[in-house]
Amino acid sequence: MPWLNQVVQITLINLQNVPRRLGTSLVVVIGIAGVVGVLVSVLAMAEGFRHTLASTGRPSRVMMLRAGSDAELSSGVVRDQAIVLASLPGLARDAGGRPLASAEIVVMVDLPRKGQRDPNNVPFRGVQPAAFDIRDELTLIEGRRFARGVREVMVGRKAAAQFEGLSVGSRIAFRDSDWTVVGIFASGGDVHESEIWADAEVAMSAFRRTGFQSVTATLADPSDAGLAALKESIARDRRLSIGVLREPEYYAKQASVLGTLITVLGYSVGVFMAIGATFGALNCMYSAIASRQVEIATLRAIGFGGMPVVISVMIEALALALVGGVVGGALAYVYCDGASLSTLNFNTFSQVAFDFRVTRGLLARGLTWALVIGMAGGLLPAIRAARLPVTEALRTG
Amino acid sequence: MKFLPLLWAQLFRRKTRTILTLLSVLIAFLLFGLLQAVQIAFESGADAADAKRLLTTARYSIIEPLPLAYRSRIERVPGVVAVANADWFGAKYQNESNAFPVFAVDPARYLDMYPEFLVAPAQREAFVKTATGALAGKRLADRYGWRVGQKLPIASEIHAKTDGSLNWEFDLVGTFDAEDPAVQGNTDMVLINLAYFDEARQFGRGKTGWYIVRVGDSEQAKAIAADIDRQFMNSPDETKTQPEKEFAIGFAKQIGDVGALVTRILLAVFFTILILTGNTMAQAIRERVPELAILKTLGFSDGAVTLLVLGEAVLLLGLGGAAGMATAVAFMPMLNGATGGRFPPLFVAGETWALAALVAVGLALAIGLPPALRVRRLRIVDALAGHR
Repeated sequence: MPWLNQVVQITLINLQNVPRRLGTSLVVVIGIAGVVGVLVSVLAMAEGFRHTLASTGRPSRVMMLRAGSDAELSSGVVRDQAIVLASLPGLARDAGGRPLASAEIVVMVDLPRKGQRDPNNVPFRGVQPAAFDIRDELTLIEGRRFARGVREVMVGRKAAAQFEGLSVGSRIAFRDSDWTVVGIFASGGDVHESEIWADAEVAMSAFRRTGFQSVTATLADPSDAGLAALKESIARDRRLSIGVLREPEYYAKQASVLGTLITVLGYSVGVFMAIGATFGALNCMYSAIASRQVEIATLRAIGFGGMPVVISVMIEALALALVGGVVGGALAYVYCDGASLSTLNFNTFSQVAFDFRVTRGLLARGLTWALVIGMAGGLLPAIRAARLPVTEALRTG
Repeated sequence: MKFLPLLWAQLFRRKTRTILTLLSVLIAFLLFGLLQAVQIAFESGADAADAKRLLTTARYSIIEPLPLAYRSRIERVPGVVAVANADWFGAKYQNESNAFPVFAVDPARYLDMYPEFLVAPAQREAFVKTATGALAGKRLADRYGWRVGQKLPIASEIHAKTDGSLNWEFDLVGTFDAEDPAVQGNTDMVLINLAYFDEARQFGRGKTGWYIVRVGDSEQAKAIAADIDRQFMNSPDETKTQPEKEFAIGFAKQIGDVGALVTRILLAVFFTILILTGNTMAQAIRERVPELAILKTLGFSDGAVTLLVLGEAVLLLGLGGAAGMATAVAFMPMLNGATGGRFPPLFVAGETWALAALVAVGLALAIGLPPALRVRRLRIVDALAGHR
């Protein structure tokens, strides 16, 4: 394997040389670290947002909205309809025979972010008692549940972290009503953690609503057949004009606009930065070759082939790119992973809080980009190195 | 200026290297232009605001409706010149929720309130007179290929007609546009006639979403806003009145700090550029030490040589920066076409150019000063002898 041996030899010489050209080599590393860092952090934001919505709900549960409505805010379910829906045979029941269905109202209340004064649309959900049996992922992390019939609220973990005045024991004023915060709940990192929950009947009287907006229920038979049977019994009932969606389907829809927007932003910025970094890498590799002109020509003169030279230059470029990719990914991980923010979800017109998620998939994508940039930046200089006319290179060098 | 050819020759001494560096500077400033445009588009609501306009919404949540009867009461508040009102229709077009906003308005009052919306007088007249009439923003009409005179089938997610159907139909009687690109984003909507809408809807009659109030003196705006809210205090429908600009800023803040996000990305971009060009520059100067020594021998003062090196850095960043910004400007029509009007119009504002110039000069100094100072200290004898 003389050929492979040649590649190894030249590559070793090249890599041992890197510290002497630290400045130019660092340029490649930093350039690529910048691209990967920005790409991974912006995509981590999109990933975190999608994850929050995608982890909301279970396929065994359904959201029932007015037919034609895509979001709770624009839906309406009157009390009679809610009663009919709860009594449908397709829904699961608890040990006492009560249906696992919760008719809910959602209103927007204004709350400032911590340390600010401008109001934000924070979702306020009034739920029926069955809500806790239906959403059994919900756990109290502080205080207690609200009592029925009283103006008490429990607050999602992320809402409590983002917005002012939501700690246990504090009082908040909405409309002509005063509410006491009695508990803080976690819900597996889903959208409900951005919400404020209260008793549906109390919320309806306080916000002067006569109808609900949605009914969330657990299916008796979570298979497609069970869902189809439920849909059919709703379609047969002339009093109902209600659309049924499995919860994950409903919440995935709510992520469409903003999720796409952030992803497009991340990739556009990433592509441009990658092009810029490629130019930087080209520059660096060209100058690396210029400084080693004599060496390369000498190797060629004593019988080393052109291909090993090309490959060795490529390996150097890829190695630098890899270091850049790892540094960029690590920076994104250290600075962004787990950082939380909240923004207005255009689909629901309400605030949703979520955490940046730097996943393994994203890090792998970042490294792939780094290697592609390294490849693009190394190829042309490598070819030039191999084509260098030996005599001329030795003379001018 | 007589040194420009010399600077040029120095800069392009190694063509490949300089062109590659220029290209990366170009990309950095292209990103700068584009991201600034996005940020401005997010905040354009506040720029387009009129200091003499106030918005009155329900106090506790902007989605709660207010009684239509409030209009005449607001009109009687001293200092108020005109009042218009609008209601949220909740449009669903071609099965897409909130494809665009549809507002139910009193045509004459609303168009008088927003003189920046330009409508042909005949079309305005038609909108006022046609109960089922609708007026669409020109960008929106272009996006969907609507023609004036056609029927416009739009469903509502909120408002049913008296027969229970959610499917509404309007007659497109005209389009409106705006000159200022910052305002143009606000024209991406459809206006319908409130009188017809209120009569034909099943629920919510006699209510409207919000009021727009024009005051005579913008200095008095805050005081008048407080007067309006006092009118309705302790009633079932309390109000919150604020200057249009404050409202727009508040809404932009709901989205979050887009500015901080953009700033962080750009910091990463420019830091990379600083390292990249700084290294290239240092290398280029190192190679030319003997030449610079000869210039000194010929009688160029230390200062002149320093300035020559700095000038080279400024020229590099200036060329790359200007080309990048120009490319960003060239990208705008394409981007605006690609977003299909779903996003407010993007444009490179004058302040973005100024900021770009500032950044370019700052970077040029940061990159050029270290090698320039080294050249300044250079002793001719050492340099020519090859001891650096």
